[in-house]
Amino acid sequence: MDVRYINPFIRAIKNVFSTMLKVEVDVQKPHVKTDGTACADVSGVIGFTGDATGCVVLSFPSVVACKAASTFAGMNITLESPDLVDAIGELANMVAGNAKKDFEGADISISLPSVVIGSDHTIGQSRQVPRLVIPCASPLGQFYVEVAMKVEKPVVVAEGASV
Amino acid sequence: MKIMLVDDSRTIRNIQKNVLGQLGYNEILEAGDGVEALGILKQDRPDLMLVDWNMPNMDGLSLIKAVRETDKDLPIIMCTTEAEKTRVLEALKAGVNNYVVKPFTAETMAEKIEQTLAKIGAKA
Repeated sequence: MDVRYINPFIRAIKNVFSTMLKVEVDVQKPHVKTDGTACADVSGVIGFTGDATGCVVLSFPSVVACKAASTFAGMNITLESPDLVDAIGELANMVAGNAKKDFEGADISISLPSVVIGSDHTIGQSRQVPRLVIPCASPLGQFYVEVAMKVEKPVVVAEGASV
Repeated sequence: MKIMLVDDSRTIRNIQKNVLGQLGYNEILEAGDGVEALGILKQDRPDLMLVDWNMPNMDGLSLIKAVRETDKDLPIIMCTTEAEKTRVLEALKAGVNNYVVKPFTAETMAEKIEQTLAKIGAKA
């Protein structure tokens, strides 16, 4: 995966969390995902199709997922609440949508969100597109954003602040 | 003033309801997708619609096109993560009156709602 493609996602994470949750996210150095890294309890997954294929995954420990969902929704949300799935899915949707606008000249569609809940799970990855893991520190706790993206045509990636 | 919220995310509908409540709009209709929205519209015409783009069963763009076949005047604001210029133009061509990109602040949402209602001379 071209490392230039990671910057739109870093901007999107910061923008979504600061705008919707009023939380500043400190993005740490991204690294290539290897087996056994970035295990989580709650993950929101969005797929990309069209001129780019791949996915973005927001992965949280359960406590952080509940805090993020509660802050986002403005109400108390527990691990058992159906609102957890809704809120985490919508956060993933916003990060994906916000990032894809920076791939200028590419027609990219995003899937509806899927949310996986299960203690210490891993979202498997394709061997063809390595997945990058972006560690994110925030007042809510640590979480991870995984990005795999293969762009099928030449694109201009919008400039802006990066990690 | 009756406002319909069409979004598959209950969290987003709740956030929008809070903003609308602060503006004095408390009569709200809700739908989780375009099909559900069209069903409600057969019985009840709102004064304003807020419509998401990516939804199951029927997306927002298809919903807007369907609404515009019979109702050219109903004010519609699209509220979506789709932020590319091509998408905005596509939505305007389909007949939306205003456009809000997610993520949004309460202030932005309030401003777009007031702006849209002002154009048609409506009040809470």
